[in-house]
Amino acid sequence: MSITVTVDGVPVTVEEGATVADAATAAGAYVPTLCFHEDHPALGTCRVCAARLDGRVVAACSAEVHDGAEVEVAADDLATMRRQVVGLLFAEGNHVCPSCEKSGRCDLQAVAAETGMLTSEFPYRYPGRETDPGDARIWLARDRCILCQRCVDLVRDDEGRPVFTLTGRGPDTRVELDHATAAGLSDEQVAAAVDLCPVGAILRKGVGYDEPIGARRFDVASVRERALRGERR
Amino acid sequence: MSDDRRDLSHELPRTPVSEATVAARRGKLTVATISLCGCWGCNLSTLDLDERLLPLLDLVTITRSSFTDLKRIAGRCDVGLVEGGVANEENIETLRHFREHCDVLVSVGACALWGGIPSLRNSIGLDECLATAYLDSPTAVPGDRPTIPLHPEIPRLTDRVRPCHEVVHMDYFLPGCPPSNDAVFAVLDAVAHGRPIDLPTSLTHYD
Ligand code: SF4
Ligand code: SF4
Repeated sequence: MSITVTVDGVPVTVEEGATVADAATAAGAYVPTLCFHEDHPALGTCRVCAARLDGRVVAACSAEVHDGAEVEVAADDLATMRRQVVGLLFAEGNHVCPSCEKSGRCDLQAVAAETGMLTSEFPYRYPGRETDPGDARIWLARDRCILCQRCVDLVRDDEGRPVFTLTGRGPDTRVELDHATAAGLSDEQVAAAVDLCPVGAILRKGVGYDEPIGARRFDVASVRERALRGERR
Repeated sequence: MSDDRRDLSHELPRTPVSEATVAARRGKLTVATISLCGCWGCNLSTLDLDERLLPLLDLVTITRSSFTDLKRIAGRCDVGLVEGGVANEENIETLRHFREHCDVLVSVGACALWGGIPSLRNSIGLDECLATAYLDSPTAVPGDRPTIPLHPEIPRLTDRVRPCHEVVHMDYFLPGCPPSNDAVFAVLDAVAHGRPIDLPTSLTHYD
């Protein structure tokens, strides 16, 4: 069934069950998403997609609209929130884009530029996070992990067993790689895990900077262009 | 120790500027640049403006730059471009001098914005870095007493490499490692024509 909502005052028709992000896209309004992957259920972990639904700030990727809903995405205070959430992620880890293999194809980096983040508004923490280089094919660079949990919820081996888990709580939360399960993954499954990580935390060893500057994912088409044509990843 | 101090470059005698030059500069915007703890790459992006520099120089005078290596700004300056983060006491002093003398101060490049590559030492710690470089160095001269250099003329390192805006107020930020020549041009062109600096997303890069 179709329902009608307004996005920044513009009426649009969407299917029942559509999210705030879907409605925004239907209206041609860009709301950045980061942890959301179009092929999977919304995780709602990163909170970058802050938008307003009937006066309340929600995560656009997971909040559903109803008939007559009023959605706001472009308001200045919402843009500031999104920029600050992205800035928090940069301040919390060690994001050395100039030397990162994921640069140019990193969702966090691409979304940060769209929110207008020039430098984080929060003090950079420069945490000392241990990397896990122990696997034959996967390099887990925790410096860049934003704890989106895509890998934890979505990467499985042929038996359905998880490969990545979370340990610790609060600021000590970190991703662990199960080396035994990881060893049983096919090369394609490893490549899929690398691609699934929105940042450069899960990397394939021995590949490195395989795409030249200018030909990388977001050099070719920006994350905004992709989102507006419905490619949410 | 003041009697031992060598003359700094801005205290050395210099040829007076001709009246014609002074007249030609009158009414132009003054711009100063400096490299703190950076690699000069951002300043090279400015040089990369190539022929676009020439019309800009009809509107702008570059008073102090990394190319002249004058340490101090004489008088007031409209715009200061700061490359590099803050990694030692001399960086702090120079940055404060720029803040005092410039109306608008711009952080240029990853190092100025968040410490950049030099800030990789932050998560390791200064003691360990110095020990690796000087005490346990594989290239140390055999038989020499391992020494960490310490001398009044060598600026002391700060515990962590800091972004400029954690030391003084910065008015604008230009990301990139380095920012492209187009991004530097966008800033200088806006400043020269009295427009607010507003970097388009297409020129916002962190690498
Ligand atoms: S993960 Fe993304 S944001 Fe972080 S350093 Fe790499 S490219 Fe930059
Ligand atoms: S490793 Fe990557 S996919 Fe996994 S939680 Fe961290 S950022 Fe997300």
